[in-house]
Amino acid sequence: MSAPLLDVKNLRVSFPTHSGRIEVVKGLSFTLGRERLGIVGESGSGKSMTGRSILKLIRKPGEVTADKLEFDGIDLRAQSEKQMRAIRGARISMVMQDPKFSLNPVMTVGEQIAEALVTHQKLPRREVQARILDMLRAVRINDPERVAKLYPHEVSGGMGQRIMIAMMLIPEPELLIADEPTSALDVSVQAQVLDIIDDLVTRKGMGLILISHDLALVSRYCDRILVMNAGRVVEECAAGQLDQAQHPYTRGLLAAMPVIDETRDELPVLDRTQWAGT
Amino acid sequence: MIAIDLKNLDISYGDSKVVHGVTLSIPEGESFALVGESGSGKSTILRAIAGLAPDWEGEISVFGHKRSHSIDRAVSRQVQMVFQDPYGSLHPRKTIDAALSEPLAIHGIGNRGERVEAMLKAVGLDQRFRFRFPHQLSGGQRQRVAIARALMLEPKILLLDEPTSALDVSVQAEILNLLKRLRREQNLTFLMVTHNLPVVSFLCDRLAVMRHGRIVEIADVAQLKAGDLKQDYSRELLAATEGS
Repeated sequence: MSAPLLDVKNLRVSFPTHSGRIEVVKGLSFTLGRERLGIVGESGSGKSMTGRSILKLIRKPGEVTADKLEFDGIDLRAQSEKQMRAIRGARISMVMQDPKFSLNPVMTVGEQIAEALVTHQKLPRREVQARILDMLRAVRINDPERVAKLYPHEVSGGMGQRIMIAMMLIPEPELLIADEPTSALDVSVQAQVLDIIDDLVTRKGMGLILISHDLALVSRYCDRILVMNAGRVVEECAAGQLDQAQHPYTRGLLAAMPVIDETRDELPVLDRTQWAGT
Repeated sequence: MIAIDLKNLDISYGDSKVVHGVTLSIPEGESFALVGESGSGKSTILRAIAGLAPDWEGEISVFGHKRSHSIDRAVSRQVQMVFQDPYGSLHPRKTIDAALSEPLAIHGIGNRGERVEAMLKAVGLDQRFRFRFPHQLSGGQRQRVAIARALMLEPKILLLDEPTSALDVSVQAEILNLLKRLRREQNLTFLMVTHNLPVVSFLCDRLAVMRHGRIVEIADVAQLKAGDLKQDYSRELLAATEGS
């Protein structure tokens, strides 16, 4: 195997509170090649913070430390804000959760996608236009000429999310971080959007980090899964072997999901006594 | 006895009609699910029954009593609604105690303190939460408060609008168990909107599949479990849930 695309060792993210600094990610280590990695966990498990810290998107007073945070041989910890801007979008990009809040409401779809492209490359205008239309077609938008002229409020949630994917993939990054890309969407559209991501990632040989709370979904679209709880990885396994998971937390999560031919009278719940606070 | 009876119900928002000719009859004690994609009009039906979407034509009856288009206190006593987002449906500057006492005050019911205490216990919340504000509670705890608020007037029917879709799986399991227990203990009738078919399988007896404001198919949960849905669209939904 070649050198990993991303190498993270002992990643820690902390925020100050009245009672001292609280660590939300507590010593996370993983490597990623050109593969699809899923990070699963419940709210507050630190999965989104992990995704954000790779792009150095955690603002003060939050603090990120790591023994190693390398992307393709570049030490991300040592990069200045200006150098990071050259990496963000162009080489690593991120699809956010909710298209309603993540697209600019006063720019048309076409302008936003163009902005993502021309920030990183100088291209003649005609070529920019052609690339945008191609990209919109790649995310299965049927009449790209019309959609490129629309504003975000004029498109549906599923289409908005596909537009965001188009925007993130047009500079052809090597690593895509998708943070709950479908949790704001309908079940029927979810599969569509993930199929598109999956298809583009496989075709271009990119690395993918899919962050989600949905175990079933992650196991379907990833090669490898990290299960996080309270800032730590509790289990790492191949996606196909999720049903043989060992850790009680993972097993608890799997059991708590109702299934389509449900016969249980009551669903098992996680024992929260270990972290029962308020 | 028929708990909810809808006849030829059309519902509009302004000029656009979003529900077309829905006829549905739900017997007392049943748990019924409306499923379908966003924009299919399923939540709008709940809102019309609750009185939040007053622009409807046709007939809505609750336990044989025809609903009027304005605020109807007799209906409110029997029908209450639980909303999707526990972060948005509780007043941020009212304590849990105030939120739970308000319906009692509106309907002139006394003995409020004791009723609030008993209800917190019924939904599995400790008494120390009583004088806290919503922001001091987790999502699952807030949804328990929202369910408690809906049950304060001792209604016979609960309208549930995606009660667990904003919650984590483990919290979802707790809320689903709670709803199932409350229904058994208080002999409630549920009309639930969801797009999660496994949840339907766990909690409901029958379901209606909706698309573009119309009911496409009404089926038993046994049919859902066996994958024996008749219409193409219902089967598509089922396939999307199970994954390719």
